[in-house]
Amino acid sequence: MKKRTILFMMTILFSAFASGSDIIVFQNDAQEKRYHQIIKELRCLVCQNQTVDESDAPLAADMRGVVADMIRKNNADEEIISFMTDRYGDFVLYRPPFRWDTLALWVLPFLLALWAIFFLPRIARQRHAVADEAALKRAESLLKEDTAKIDSQN
Amino acid sequence: MKKFLPFLIFIPLTGLFVVGLNLNPRLVPSPLINKAAPEFKVSRLLEPTQTISVADLKNEVWLFNVWASWCVSCRAEHPLLLDMQKDGIKIVGLNYKDKAQDARKWLERLDNPYVFSAMDPEGVVGLEWGVYGVPETFVIDAQGIVRHKHVGPLDERSIRETIMPLVNQLESESQQSELQSQES
Repeated sequence: MKKRTILFMMTILFSAFASGSDIIVFQNDAQEKRYHQIIKELRCLVCQNQTVDESDAPLAADMRGVVADMIRKNNADEEIISFMTDRYGDFVLYRPPFRWDTLALWVLPFLLALWAIFFLPRIARQRHAVADEAALKRAESLLKEDTAKIDSQN
Repeated sequence: MKKFLPFLIFIPLTGLFVVGLNLNPRLVPSPLINKAAPEFKVSRLLEPTQTISVADLKNEVWLFNVWASWCVSCRAEHPLLLDMQKDGIKIVGLNYKDKAQDARKWLERLDNPYVFSAMDPEGVVGLEWGVYGVPETFVIDAQGIVRHKHVGPLDERSIRETIMPLVNQLESESQQSELQSQES
C-alpha cells in the first residue's frame, strides 16, 4: 500500500516536468536555447494560462513547430514574435508590450507600491495617535468613576 | 469629503469588477480585422484536383467558416449555416485539421452549406488566419478585407444582429462602388 502511494506521488511529481515535449533537432545549442526562450514567452491560445512551451494542445505544438522552423531559417527573435502577434495579437505574449495603452498596466503597480511605502505608515501613525488619545480620556474618566464609587461605598 | 473618499474609490472599482466579470477571456480580439485576408491556395474538399484561393473570391462578400468533422459545436451551428446559404450568403469553408474522408461523409450526412471547402489537414491556413478555437467565422468584404471575426459557434442572435447586417452593408457598399466604376 505504501509503495503504491509513493509510486502515485512520483507520477504526479514527474508529470509536472512532462511538458509538451516533441523531439526537435537544431544545428547548434544556441539555436536550441533561443527556441526554449521564445516558446516560454508565448501564450497558448487554447489553454490560456499555459505557455506554448508547457501546453499539450495541438495548436501549441503547431506554434512550437513554426518557432523551430523560423529559428532554423535564422529568423531574428523579433521576427518570430511579430509573426505570432500579426496572427494572434498581443494576447499571444506573456509580457505585454510597453505602449501608451498598456501604460497603466506597467506603471500603476509601482505607483501604488510607492504610495504604500510613503503614505501608509504616516496614515497608520496618525490613526494610532488619535485612537490613543480618545482611549486614554475614556480610561481616565472610567477610572475616576470607579474610584468615586469605591470611595462612596466605603 | 473625507468621509466619502472610500466610497468614491469603491464604486468605480465595483464598476470595473462588474465589467470584468462580463468579459469572456476566450474571445481574443483578432489583429486581422480591417487587414487583407491572408492568402492561401489549397485543394478543394469535394474537387481535390481543383484549388481555391482568396484571389478567386475577389469582388464578392463572403463568410469564411472554419469547421471540422470532429468539432462538436460545428454540428450545432451547421443548420444555421444551411439557412444562411438558402438566404444567398456565400460561405466558404476551411476544413481544419480533418481527414478528407470524414469531412466528406459529414457533409453528405448533414448537407453542404459551403460553395467550396478549402482543405487544411495540417492547420497551416488556420495558423495564418489566427484560428485557435473551431468553429470560427470571418466576414470578408469585396475588396478582400477581413471585417469581422466570430469565435465559437454562431447562434441565431449573432447572425441576426451582427453577421447579416454587416453582410448586407458590405454588399450594398460593393454594389455602389461597382456602379461608380461603371459610370466613370
